[in-house]
Amino acid sequence: MKNAQQYKYLEHTADIKFQAFGKTIEEAFKNSALAMFNSMHDGKIKENKDFKIKVQGKDNEALLYNFLEELLFLFDSKHFFLNKVKNIKIKNNKLTAEITGDNAENYEIHIDIKAITYHEMFVKKQGNKWVVQVVLDV
Amino acid sequence: MINIKSYVCKRGYKMTMKKISKNIYEVQKIGKMLVPGRIFASEKIISAIKQDKTLEQVQNVAQLPGILKYSIALADAHQGYGFSIGGVAAFDMDKGIISPGGVGYDINCSVRLLKTNLTKRDILTKQKQVIEGLYGKIPSGVGRGSKFNITREKLNQVLEKGAQYMVGQGYGVKEDYLHMEEEGCMKSADASKVSERAIKRGIGQLGTLGAGNHFLEVQVVDEIFDEKIAKVLGLKKDQVTIMVHCGSRGLGHQVASDYIKKMEEKYGIKNLPDRELINAPIKSQLGKDYFGAMSAAANFAFANKQLITHWIREEMKTLFPKIKIDVVYDICHNIAKFEEHLVDGKKKKVCVHRKGATRSFGPGRIEIPLAYRKIGQPVIIPGTMGTSSYILVGMKKAEELTFGSTVHGAGRVKSRSKALQSIRGEEVKKTLSKKGIEVKSGSWKSLAEESPEVYKDIDEVVKVVDELGISKKVVRLKPLTVIKG
Repeated sequence: MKNAQQYKYLEHTADIKFQAFGKTIEEAFKNSALAMFNSMHDGKIKENKDFKIKVQGKDNEALLYNFLEELLFLFDSKHFFLNKVKNIKIKNNKLTAEITGDNAENYEIHIDIKAITYHEMFVKKQGNKWVVQVVLDV
Repeated sequence: MINIKSYVCKRGYKMTMKKISKNIYEVQKIGKMLVPGRIFASEKIISAIKQDKTLEQVQNVAQLPGILKYSIALADAHQGYGFSIGGVAAFDMDKGIISPGGVGYDINCSVRLLKTNLTKRDILTKQKQVIEGLYGKIPSGVGRGSKFNITREKLNQVLEKGAQYMVGQGYGVKEDYLHMEEEGCMKSADASKVSERAIKRGIGQLGTLGAGNHFLEVQVVDEIFDEKIAKVLGLKKDQVTIMVHCGSRGLGHQVASDYIKKMEEKYGIKNLPDRELINAPIKSQLGKDYFGAMSAAANFAFANKQLITHWIREEMKTLFPKIKIDVVYDICHNIAKFEEHLVDGKKKKVCVHRKGATRSFGPGRIEIPLAYRKIGQPVIIPGTMGTSSYILVGMKKAEELTFGSTVHGAGRVKSRSKALQSIRGEEVKKTLSKKGIEVKSGSWKSLAEESPEVYKDIDEVVKVVDELGISKKVVRLKPLTVIKG
């Protein structure tokens, strides 16, 4: 479906809570990454940097946690700001993806995401779509 | 009189809370709870707290093995992840647990107060230069590195020795760390328990403020409530102070994540009321490793603020050549500590988790710096950008009621997304400017998200702890210039 909602932010007193959606688990994960970076800066991001990432986790929640944490690690250690997630594949609790983006120093970032949390996290298949929920510590 | 009230909580079940006395409420022990919950707040604050899942989180913490007396939420409590913010819980050293979620990701997120020999008038004549100078000198915001380069080997020293190492390198004086919680160094630190990943996240961030609710503020002593104690702290009316609020940056965040994963791996997630409450027995290898790593991250935070203090001194000296800046105190907000407390009438070593809470030891405790031991431990409670901050001292009553703890700030009431819908950063800056407060931030949105109206009324929060007698109001500080990350 074209223009389907990628993600939505939900109410949380202090932190950032969102749900991301997809026809496949891969798409829902990809959208969760976009939701996380969009909460830091919602303008256009150039494509100047790229990385290949590989993470694993013993269940879907752990895999999601580790995927988002890897992106946060690249943000802190390499100043990487995400634009796109390409070729994301999930198989046997392992995730691989190619990510592109830019140097974070080129953008106004208004929030410091400290960590991904397991608080109220879920990865679910609802009917024919996947829904993931994440609370970020800010 | 005991006033029992029931209401249906956010999870849809009935929760019973009774009023024990003024500002003290008890959440009834039900289901798997091992102890009741205790909420230290006014009626007005209780009704704000009921709006989110704080009380359910208090109930979850009450289920953790070895918890002693009560699962506590203080007057600034709001929903967090795992533990609520403004949450305190103490655990038995033999049967109890230590939980990274009970400390928080920003290990030793903390506040330092500096005093100067300037008066309000000095700042007002150079307000613009002060804010521009400090903003230019101290890296704030996120996604940006520090200008301070440190080798991997020296970073190990930072992790093991905290502020004391920085002072040894010439970034301060001994008097600085003598006026800090733990003397700026948790001796339990073990750098070898900090992962390479955590090091990589943090090595470029030493000497940075970060963003969110972190700030650097130039303030003036606006009112004194206790002259005698204020004198011991070296504070008098119209005197200029500087407050720094930041933590252990990406390094501390990664330490928390790493150990949450390791504990899941080892102990599994079954039987947890919230996956974020994963924990390990205090005396297990993993429990010990986490405590060593957490202490190392705490030291990174102490060192971080020491470097920032050094830069504040350098910058302010160019504007005010005769300036003198001393550390009043430095307190931890997110930490676990092994401390002695009275449990069932007996002195006992316990593991106190304070998440968004401040230690508030009364006079005489050996942990308090010698200079303050007679007055009680200084407690620094930052307000919002537009409202006052308070300096209090700890009281003996806190050891009886809250495992020697008190509030850490105003506590949020409005979410960031709601704030952005109704508040514009430009307006916040304008309104504050009219009140004589100059604000600078790398981001307008950050100003909107941290606008004073998204927080609880700090005056009310401080009134509650003062009335309870767990800390005593000493001084009120008003902001003059604020740098937000």
